[in-house]
Amino acid sequence: MEREHFSKQYDAELNIIREKLLEMGGKVEVMLVNAMKALEERDTALAERTIAFDHEINSLEMEIDDHCLEVLARRQPAGRDLRFITLAFKIVTDLERIGDQCAAIAKRARELNAEPPLKPYIDMPRMAHYAIGMVKEALDSFVRGDDELAVKVCKDDEFVDQLNEQIQRELLTFMIEDPSTISRAIKVNHVSKCIERIADHATNVAEMVIFMVKGKDIRHTIA
Amino acid sequence: MNSKVKLDDLNVHFGGTHAVKGVDIDFPANSVTAIIGPSGCGKSTVLRAINRMHDMTPGAQVSGRILLDDTDIYGRGIDPVAIRRKIGMVFQKPNPFPAMSIYDNVIAGYKLNGRTRRDEADEIVESSLQRVALWDEVKDRLKSNAMELSGGQQQRLCIARTIAVRPEVILMDEPASALDPLSTLKIEELIEELKERYTIIIVTHNMQQAARVSDVTAFFYLGELIECGVTKKLFTTPDKKQTEDYITGRFG
Repeated sequence: MEREHFSKQYDAELNIIREKLLEMGGKVEVMLVNAMKALEERDTALAERTIAFDHEINSLEMEIDDHCLEVLARRQPAGRDLRFITLAFKIVTDLERIGDQCAAIAKRARELNAEPPLKPYIDMPRMAHYAIGMVKEALDSFVRGDDELAVKVCKDDEFVDQLNEQIQRELLTFMIEDPSTISRAIKVNHVSKCIERIADHATNVAEMVIFMVKGKDIRHTIA
Repeated sequence: MNSKVKLDDLNVHFGGTHAVKGVDIDFPANSVTAIIGPSGCGKSTVLRAINRMHDMTPGAQVSGRILLDDTDIYGRGIDPVAIRRKIGMVFQKPNPFPAMSIYDNVIAGYKLNGRTRRDEADEIVESSLQRVALWDEVKDRLKSNAMELSGGQQQRLCIARTIAVRPEVILMDEPASALDPLSTLKIEELIEELKERYTIIIVTHNMQQAARVSDVTAFFYLGELIECGVTKKLFTTPDKKQTEDYITGRFG
């Protein structure tokens, strides 16, 4: 069992950061679900709300950064506390970028909803489902200090990459067969790329969890 | 890195108390090693064993070996005074000789080696004071009483007195704990400069100070060496849970 600090206030300050990160993680999950729903169900109003929601993610980013800076300045953390704060700084950046990608998906959904559908979405929702799962599991691994779950997230990224490549090939075929689809296909392609990037950000978080738990930096080591 | 001082199964007993238990450490040459740990962990006891200060403590018993280069400083026929010339010590509280001038304080240890020519003494005083960055502050009042200096200046004077005898190793027992933050920073900067010429071993309660000034850190607990390693690693990803709990303020 992990010991508490002598200073209860210090424990409280670290807990605030942990809770804020989870709040931010929960919000980007919702954002991704809504962005995909706006695309699949052609719900432009939901797309608009999702785009507007991004400012909440940005505010949380600044708030968490501020808490982390204060702990650094006042506590001079060491060991696992230092790793935690370093990790928090990086996770918050990844979560903020996931928020940006979700807003980008919602923007493409808004544009695509104004045109006839290109094709039924089959692989894209699967890919988004995986990416959402990865974000959720990366945050769960962070909360529980579960490095095995974090390793699983890193491995799942390969599957999302494969789906993305598959979608790219399919879209290329569409564009070759009917050049009038190019504009819409490029937008769908962008959505696919956004989901792939979200999975990459989840992987970044998972890699940092492994560093926090094991003190071992595995970035750029998983092929 | 070459080892300058090596502890080999060092044990220190005070009567029935086993204060230091089978410690093995290599202190690399021309580097700063910090010894950290909670009160009573044996860190100052280890430091004092390195220049044979326990010789004069009734009931103290030191066993194992302490090698300075390849010489066991507790070996047969080794003169402890000669050892203390090679291994200088700076204490927690500045301790200039109260009845002496700044000049005489610096040269006091060197004079014990025998008669010294005036020009030679002048040169030693100036270079020692320059090396501790005190020369410019005191060059116009070398004959003033050392007690007129501030606490931080007195501590730098004591370090100048230590290096005037040209030691190879400097032991520091919480050298900045009685000083204000600015004087502390000056001492820390000085430690960084001194390591080019000397091997420095510092005991400190201040973990941030250990992290700032040392190349290697050794963590002691209840008389045992728990972990010794490169400072950056020990303060970011220590190998032992006890070390991690101590440096993060979870016990101590």
